[in-house]
Amino acid sequence: MSLGLAETEDLKAKNKALVEEVLKVYPDKTAKRRAKHLGVYQDGKPDCGVKSNIKSIPGVMTIRGCAYAGSKGVVWGPIKDMVHISHGPVGCGQYSWGSRRNYYVGTTGIDSFGTMQFTSDFQENDIVFGGDKKLAKLMDEVQELFPLNKGLSVQSECPIGLIGDDIEAVSKKKSKEYGGKPIVPVRCEGFRGVSQSLGHHIANDAVRDWVFDKAEGKPARFEATEYDIAILADYNIGGDAWASRILLEEMGLRVVAQWSGDGTIAELEATPRAKLNVLHCYRSMNYVARHMEEKYGVPWVEYNFFGPTKILESLRKIAAQFDDKIKENAEKVIAKYQPLMDAVVAKYRPRLEGKKVMLYVGGLRPRHVIGAYEDLGMEVVGTGYEFAHNDDYQRTTHYIKDGTLVYDDVTAYELEKFVEAIKPDLVGSGIKEKYVFQKMGIPFRQMHSWDYSGPYHGYDGFAIFARDMDMAINSPIWKMTKAPF
Amino acid sequence: MALRQIAFYGKGGIGKSTTSQNTLAALAEMGNKILIVGCDPKADSTRLILHAKAQDTILSLAAEHGSVEDLELEDVMKIGYLGIKCTESGGPEPGVGCAGRGVITAINFLEENGAYEDVDYVSYDVLGDVVCGGFAMPIRENKAQEIYIVMSGEMMAMYAANNISKGILKYANAGGVRLGGLVCNERKTDKEYELAESLAAKLGTKLIYFVPRDNIVQHAELRRMTVIEYAPDSGQAAHYRNLATKVHANAGNGAIPTPITMDELEDLLMEHGILEQVDESIIGKSAAELAA
Repeated sequence: MSLGLAETEDLKAKNKALVEEVLKVYPDKTAKRRAKHLGVYQDGKPDCGVKSNIKSIPGVMTIRGCAYAGSKGVVWGPIKDMVHISHGPVGCGQYSWGSRRNYYVGTTGIDSFGTMQFTSDFQENDIVFGGDKKLAKLMDEVQELFPLNKGLSVQSECPIGLIGDDIEAVSKKKSKEYGGKPIVPVRCEGFRGVSQSLGHHIANDAVRDWVFDKAEGKPARFEATEYDIAILADYNIGGDAWASRILLEEMGLRVVAQWSGDGTIAELEATPRAKLNVLHCYRSMNYVARHMEEKYGVPWVEYNFFGPTKILESLRKIAAQFDDKIKENAEKVIAKYQPLMDAVVAKYRPRLEGKKVMLYVGGLRPRHVIGAYEDLGMEVVGTGYEFAHNDDYQRTTHYIKDGTLVYDDVTAYELEKFVEAIKPDLVGSGIKEKYVFQKMGIPFRQMHSWDYSGPYHGYDGFAIFARDMDMAINSPIWKMTKAPF
Repeated sequence: MALRQIAFYGKGGIGKSTTSQNTLAALAEMGNKILIVGCDPKADSTRLILHAKAQDTILSLAAEHGSVEDLELEDVMKIGYLGIKCTESGGPEPGVGCAGRGVITAINFLEENGAYEDVDYVSYDVLGDVVCGGFAMPIRENKAQEIYIVMSGEMMAMYAANNISKGILKYANAGGVRLGGLVCNERKTDKEYELAESLAAKLGTKLIYFVPRDNIVQHAELRRMTVIEYAPDSGQAAHYRNLATKVHANAGNGAIPTPITMDELEDLLMEHGILEQVDESIIGKSAAELAA
């Protein structure tokens, strides 16, 4: 559904005027700073024309998280056979407990610990006298209570960095005592950096320094084949990684590791021996992908498993890294699922055609899901990231249309005003935004946790995605509400 | 009389603990009820009053009992010379934990448990340099109202006095803390008295007292006693009594300090001929370079 030239120019002018209007309420200094984060995409430009990865302005309602959230919540937390210790006062671990739906297979409390909460529960004394002894004791207790754990990680909360605890020394000492078990200290104190993004990076570096480097020289635990592949940065929200993995396997590839949804420490250790890394969420794991390429010579490709168009492109892109057998298999997989996809589109496209969507999420979704909406005849008219860097906005240009409104680290106020003016048919964002927009009478889907649904990745996921979007938009409830505008 | 909360700050090793304990002993002689709150992990702020090496600290006892909530006031408070109540915050061993947070914890504990009731003076003795927010605790809201800076004619002691004034200024408008004055603990440097007076004037305060140097202080210290107790008839004891009288009369006379820049401080030393006019051409040159 492309617009004519005049219409596009009109859209751009409208969006630019909207940005100016929204900025008006801010004090001059704030308006000047926020203006750099709000833009209208100009076709042909190398990025979206917005600044990113800059400190949020105090006083605005930002949706961002912290470095601890990026490391514990995103990268490390899903590694299921390790015990992840939220090291510091109780709140950080307790209030984020179970908030990401990283599904896993295993017996919780026996060989898997994904939905459990471990914390050193710092008290005043631990701050004053330091917490190293308590950490060592906690590790001993974990060893005794959960002997089948395959490793530990120490996820630092803010006070650890302030009081200068030596968690590296404790980790090394205990690892030695436990016969070389991986113990990974992570310096992801929440005050570091401007968002959860630095936490991803720190967590990636911890894998490099405390998993790869320690595993060097150890014999391989599996016999390598020509078709070994590792899935990077799929967190298995509602089963996403499973829906992705089966497609790769059907192509004849062998998935040796999932990072990190339903993943294990052994899989992390095995990955440098893979033939190819495929990277879904670029933002959270490009660092370790680059490292494996430089140090171990493992190439990596980005892919997108949202919606049949992008899945098709991605399967071919991945297959292109292998021999003809895999390439042929890829075509077979595409052909096999085509009828299912045609049926999904035939069912839902008539109900969703022409509907406008605004997104505001993190990681990869502000661009990656656009293709899936377009497969259903829908149009993304505004999008933005919580914690992206400029390379994310460069990648976004491949997905969005001329004149799309782009907002970085958008404030609660700005997003509300944008939605009010643009009046989309659907907003996709997080739990904090959900009720604001539903009360405005606008259909909403929670796009961090798939609103307790999913998976949305892969062919199976697309069928669920289409159903969920239809359910949100075409619910009879909206006929009973009266929007205030 | 209304409770007066005072604090002694100053460069490390300047004689804060000695000066404060002698002054407080003299104030006790005058009939004042006194509580000492030592805020130094070394825990040596009360040794002359208690005749003890170091008393059990609030934080070490808290660590032993589990947490600070498990302590009773009697556990942490010792009674010394002339009924002076003594407490020490204590803190972690060097290199671990957060001593600043320890000071905050200890002071809050004392307040909540009624340590400040039925006393005329609370005196805080704080470690040499205010390195973080924790050690600034006594000058923050509702704590010490008058700060006495112990200094000498040495450059670094004056530098520290100026820095502490900056800390006081930061909290003066919000919390009502005031600079009570300077106490010069004589080191027998050149023109020490004049320098101390000039610095006091620059900082917008006054030199409360000039304590002359006397070896009797060391004799008393070796016996873990104040001079007031060890040699009550000595001239030095009289000096500390004079200082105590001045402090006692100084209620409500504190000033908001006017700290100066490093350049102004150097100018002050030059004015008194302590520092020679610096020849800019020699700065950063080694002896060999200058000889060439």
